[in-house]
Amino acid sequence: MWQLLTDIMPYAIMNTIPMFIVALGGLVSERSGIVNIALEGMMVIGAFISSIFIYYYGSNFDNNGVWIAMLVAGFGTAIFSLLHAYASITLNADQVISGTALNMIAPALTIFLSRYLTGSQNINIGRGVNRFDVPILSEIPVIGPLFFSNYYNTTAVMVLLGVGVWYLIFKTKFGLRLRACGENPHAADSMGINVYLMRYIGVLMSGFLAGVGGALFIVTISGEFNGTVSGLGFLALGALIFGKWNVFRVLGATLFFGFMKTLGNVAMVNPTLQSLSLPTEFYNALPYFMTIIALVLFSKNTVGPKAAGQIYDKGKR
Amino acid sequence: MKFSFKNEEDIVKLSPFISVLLGLLFGYVLLFLAGFNPNESFKYLFQGGLKGIADGNYRRIGDTLSQMTPLMLTGISVAFAFRTGLFNIGASGQMLFGGFIAVFIGVKFNLPPIIHPMVAVLGAGIGGALVGFVPGYLKAKYNIHEVVICIMMNYISLWGVQYLSGTFIPGKFDTESAVIQETATLKADFISNIFTGSSLNVGFFIAIIALIVVSIILNKTVFGYELKSVGYNQDASEYAGMNVKRNVIYSMMIAGFLAGLAGATFYIGYTNHIKMGVLPPQGFDGIAVALLGMNTPLGVFLSSFLFGFLKNGASFMASSTSVPRELVDIVIASIIYFAAISSLINGYLIKLAKKMNKGSDK
Repeated sequence: MWQLLTDIMPYAIMNTIPMFIVALGGLVSERSGIVNIALEGMMVIGAFISSIFIYYYGSNFDNNGVWIAMLVAGFGTAIFSLLHAYASITLNADQVISGTALNMIAPALTIFLSRYLTGSQNINIGRGVNRFDVPILSEIPVIGPLFFSNYYNTTAVMVLLGVGVWYLIFKTKFGLRLRACGENPHAADSMGINVYLMRYIGVLMSGFLAGVGGALFIVTISGEFNGTVSGLGFLALGALIFGKWNVFRVLGATLFFGFMKTLGNVAMVNPTLQSLSLPTEFYNALPYFMTIIALVLFSKNTVGPKAAGQIYDKGKR
Repeated sequence: MKFSFKNEEDIVKLSPFISVLLGLLFGYVLLFLAGFNPNESFKYLFQGGLKGIADGNYRRIGDTLSQMTPLMLTGISVAFAFRTGLFNIGASGQMLFGGFIAVFIGVKFNLPPIIHPMVAVLGAGIGGALVGFVPGYLKAKYNIHEVVICIMMNYISLWGVQYLSGTFIPGKFDTESAVIQETATLKADFISNIFTGSSLNVGFFIAIIALIVVSIILNKTVFGYELKSVGYNQDASEYAGMNVKRNVIYSMMIAGFLAGLAGATFYIGYTNHIKMGVLPPQGFDGIAVALLGMNTPLGVFLSSFLFGFLKNGASFMASSTSVPRELVDIVIASIIYFAAISSLINGYLIKLAKKMNKGSDK
């Protein structure tokens, strides 16, 4: 069992981190009052931008190319997310429909561009982020083999980024204002907060984080762009709900989902799991089941931002 | 039906057509910017769905109708739920599970022709309704947003069908289920003959019947009136003595039933087996069909024809030019985006109408 855990953990973390960053994007947007089911599409955009960047310019930056690609993907996806912001904030469009449109346009547009630019639907980035055993830390008993062996150095950066987002949203004046727009925009407006501006910032930040998450998917998990992020964006949405819109619970939820996804991937080859003789599909479907169950359990006391999904109409009281 | 440019309600009906034009224009500009020849590409795109009609070769138009068939059913599924105020983003999963049931019956049951596909189609509808029941029930009982449950059900259906197909009806390859028996197919020789060997099948007529039935339910029955009433205002409907919760569940189940039928027309009318690990894209395209069709059966018919036509033309365009076929998906997705921001378009239209009225008053 211990062997199984240490074998699986590095891969579980690999699957967790992109999901975590994307779920954080969803958290910021929904806390500001805009439902973002376009996370999947935004991830695809981020994945495409990072791989096309590495494809063209990766060799110019030595080992830093991956990091710059992630930043570029973040900013590029933030620009893409303006489509969602403009429709749902300025034009009062239905946020779910606008998000659906983005989810549909992202794979089509990126595959079109990828075929046009590289001649192929797939863009191979060659080398992603290296894995290594962290010196000293990986020697610590229990924690070492679980968290610091076979380690990507993107992991710590992303966890730090997560803490940064937590501080920004839950500990600063700005964060309080942003959350107020998601709970009671009219009250926020009456206190002089520009609800539209705050929501634009929320959606742009979610675009940035989802783009970084998409880039992470490319440089750690897949190594190749092919027009999908295998449903990680929708899983991130599930993790956001499962984690009750709270940063650290979301981290826990994504870790659980990432673990299940990894179990699904290795169930066929790992002897310990083979002896359980549960089908691979069971592990893959479990996170979605758990999200539904979590929703049923939470349903008695509403936990999400109260005004999320509602159009803000200044004149309505 | 009267139409006047002076009437604001009438003029809003134009907005889907403008969304389509804007979507096509977006595709045209994209081709131009990418350095393709947009005129030539669009020529092939439009020819692909029609060519041959003048010479009595109806294969291409038949293929267009064949592409349109599942879109009509997923489109009416989404539209039906919309009328009750529910967003059925789970048509894909319902279609896949319904299709699995149809293929399962097609492989395992031994029934005479005609009866066999009928049983399979009915089974597909019931399978889809079961998947639709989950979000409907949870919405009614626990007030959980149906969109999230639908997304989760899509993936549960994806993995569930992969497991069930691989276990009970395994095919030659790991990625495919077994092929259905000859007796179960929705393909019919007389249709194929008329349309010169096109993939068009009986599913098309099932879809047309479904559109007519839905139209009758929505417009002529008390049940349909209640569903629409719940869509307009839940509280008022509750106060008027309607059983809102029951109607929400029924609405999602009927939507699931319709999407399940789409699965039957696709998996026992077109592919004849289940392809594993893929959610059918028709479920998501159904959202576009419903939105563009303004959630009416006639609108669904017209918009699913447009999308079937474009999708069929895409293959012809991709084989005749170097333009990637995804262009059509971009056009369709941008049409939904333009439909989503139709308030902007409507605003312009109404302004235009007022200007014209002023002009005529003088």
